[in-house]
Amino acid sequence: MNAIIATFRRDAALLWAGGGGALAPLGYFIGAVVLAPLAMGPDRTLLTAAGPPLAWVAAALAVLASLEKLFQADLEDGSLEQMLLSEAPLEALVFAKGAAFWLVVGVPLALAAGPAAITLQAPLERIPVIVASLLLGLAAFIGAGLVGAAVAAGVKRGGVLIALLVLPFFAPPVIFGASVASGQDVGPALALLGGCALFGCVIGPFAAAAALRLQAE
Amino acid sequence: MINFLANPARFMGATAWMAPVFGALALVLFFIGVRLGLFASPAEQYQGETVRIMYVHVPAAWWSLGIYTFMAGASFVSLVWRHAMADLAARAAAPIGATFAAICLITGSIWGAPTWGTWWEWDGRLTSMLILFLTYLGYLALISAVDDEEKASRLAAILCLVGFVNIPIVHFSVEWWSTLHQPASVLRPGGSSIDPSMRTPLFVMAGAYFSLFAALLIAHMRASVHRRRVEAARLRAGGAAP
Repeated sequence: MNAIIATFRRDAALLWAGGGGALAPLGYFIGAVVLAPLAMGPDRTLLTAAGPPLAWVAAALAVLASLEKLFQADLEDGSLEQMLLSEAPLEALVFAKGAAFWLVVGVPLALAAGPAAITLQAPLERIPVIVASLLLGLAAFIGAGLVGAAVAAGVKRGGVLIALLVLPFFAPPVIFGASVASGQDVGPALALLGGCALFGCVIGPFAAAAALRLQAE
Repeated sequence: MINFLANPARFMGATAWMAPVFGALALVLFFIGVRLGLFASPAEQYQGETVRIMYVHVPAAWWSLGIYTFMAGASFVSLVWRHAMADLAARAAAPIGATFAAICLITGSIWGAPTWGTWWEWDGRLTSMLILFLTYLGYLALISAVDDEEKASRLAAILCLVGFVNIPIVHFSVEWWSTLHQPASVLRPGGSSIDPSMRTPLFVMAGAYFSLFAALLIAHMRASVHRRRVEAARLRAGGAAP
């Protein structure tokens, strides 16, 4: 248990401090949100209809862009070997890494999606569910992202490769998330998002740990 | 069976005849299927002659799903038993499946233009076929990005198995987000609703696609075994690999 908490704290600290910290994905997210009205034009009715789901797309892109740093450094500096030697199961350590990523990258993104959705003309009363849906959806994204980042960890400059590997798994959460953001079937869509998140939390660490064992061979 | 085929020498012995036989079978079935589909089968009441695109489109859709399922099975065998030939099978099947998925998407788009009045519609089946195609591309990209061939196969096998959750989504997407695409009409509970005059050419074409897949798969796997033997012989002879 100690090893799991230590991994969580170490990863959270590293993500918070290193490489732009939590600000880098956040800035990326805001930039992507700004591009949407610039591309579509500032027309209010168009933005009201199409804008809020774009906050979801931007959040997905921000996660994709930051997945590369999940395992790359661990593989290079030998931390991965230490994790394999640890008494704690690798799956649990990977889960801790994912949880740290969710806390440092995911939660700020979900919170920032509130104001972002307002600028995209989402009605105010819908903002809390959009934030809640992103908290769940980002967990699903990160679960899938663990797998992509783990199988491509040994590849130099694998960022685009990881994005390609992970994108197909982003489809279900994005579908249900966009449904929440545009105010259709909010309850069932949130439930399905919760399902996606649980699925990602279970499958992600197991598949990623299997891949990391191969990487360390 | 799995154990028997794990030995490349036995695999080569057992499959020597397969690629040409399946290749010839594919040719014959394509000849019959195209004749039946393009000339001998009736035009459809509402769609007219464009219904003939179905004989190219639907088997490609079936087998692009079937091949992914095959790859998932091979990946499972490869991960559990460290089975070298299963590795090769999954790797060899991927480009064929990706091509079938591309054929399905392209012919579907061509078919959609006259019948639905649009080249593309974001409904369940189209979207999930596109996502299956992306999954294939990701698999192929990962295989080519990792230098160590064996490690690449194992990592791709993990990715393939996780991606396998997409297959049920593809299959049930019609019920999930059904919009424009007609519901399944050939394989469904309660029997097939398609007329035999159209079913026969469809199944012949499906057989042709399968034979083509089998021929290409076996030829690709055998070529990989030969390539490894050549590399091994080069190393034994003391020369560096090119």
